[in-house]
Amino acid sequence: MNVRTHGSMPVRREQDVVLARQAVRKLAVDCGMRLVDQTKMVTAASELARNTVVYGGGGDMDWELLEDGARTGLRLVFRDEGPGIADTALAMTDGWTSGSGLGLGLTGARRLVSEFELDSAPGKGTRVSITRWT
Amino acid sequence: MAELRQRTLDVLGKNQKWLLDEWNRDLSGSGVGNDNRIGKDELGQQTAEFLDLMIRGATQGGGTGIGTAAWGDVRAFLEALSRSRALQGFDSLQTANFIFSIKRPLFALLQRELGDEPALLAEQLWAISEILDSLGMHTVNSFQKSREDVIRRQQEELLELSTPVIKLWDGVLALPMIGTLDSQRTQVVMESLLQRIVETGAEIAIIDITGVPTVDTLVAQHLLKTVTAIRLMGADCIISGVRPQIAQTIVHLGLDLQGIVTKANLADALAMALRRNGLSVVKG
Repeated sequence: MNVRTHGSMPVRREQDVVLARQAVRKLAVDCGMRLVDQTKMVTAASELARNTVVYGGGGDMDWELLEDGARTGLRLVFRDEGPGIADTALAMTDGWTSGSGLGLGLTGARRLVSEFELDSAPGKGTRVSITRWT
Repeated sequence: MAELRQRTLDVLGKNQKWLLDEWNRDLSGSGVGNDNRIGKDELGQQTAEFLDLMIRGATQGGGTGIGTAAWGDVRAFLEALSRSRALQGFDSLQTANFIFSIKRPLFALLQRELGDEPALLAEQLWAISEILDSLGMHTVNSFQKSREDVIRRQQEELLELSTPVIKLWDGVLALPMIGTLDSQRTQVVMESLLQRIVETGAEIAIIDITGVPTVDTLVAQHLLKTVTAIRLMGADCIISGVRPQIAQTIVHLGLDLQGIVTKANLADALAMALRRNGLSVVKG
């Protein structure tokens, strides 16, 4: 598996979520995804970017365009230095939220992508990695 | 902060005309007056006024820094200048250059007149340089603020623009949503839609999301709240413009839109609204 290109952008404020979405849409097009896959990836990125801003107190989004034989993929990593998640199993339950949302962001994002990794502990911040292959 | 000596002030006062001519020549060389946004006369007026105010400020305020009352007129002049430059579409570099371009003639003048006392010359150059730098910073700051004002105003105008509630038929309202749906915009949208429902007594409201590029859980939550509010007012709501990729994404997200009538496009939604009102469209 090769990394073709990579980069990073800040996700600090609500407006950055919009910018992140636009960036991910462009990357998904570069990656050669179909419209449905683009939309899924953008929506998943939107959920995670908003989580980073609202619950993580702001962080960064790293992106990588991947090559693995004939297929290409897009990997996004959202990381923040926020309070972290105490119970990750609970956080990955449909309908559970510590805020005022619908409680479908994390679980919904997992269903929208091919690979999903959540790494978080109280006081250590949160790191979510998602990958979607064409 | 170093102080301006009386001797320097006298030199400035005596050579004001020469300074002004040199400065104007430098400015026109730098290209500010080359396009039609600022006429030569206007620029000349601005330089003359600034130089006058600056010398007066320096005489009254000395080396006390430009924050004092003595420099009030200069600051006000620069704020007005930055504002007009921002509106005319100049960038911050061109705006700041207005101040910084006076340095060359000013330094040349001081060198010529105070050359016999190198220590004094160095001290006075430093003092005047400090003043000009802080005036320049002040200009850039005000310029930035004016730009932000312009942006804020445009944002507000956009907010107004983006929420037109249209009457499609008697008792049928439509709201075409375009762009990103954040909390603030949804609030405006919801308010204007509910208000129009009261005014027109409409029984069906169609919210068209064709122009919303991404429907995530936050957008969905806003939509659900709007639909609930519309129902509480005794009207019904149809959401139209659900594109195939959006539909698939909503399914994967696990959003529950049951109980909400959705249609693929606005035409279908209107047809349904008419049917509900007991109307049908026939070929003449």
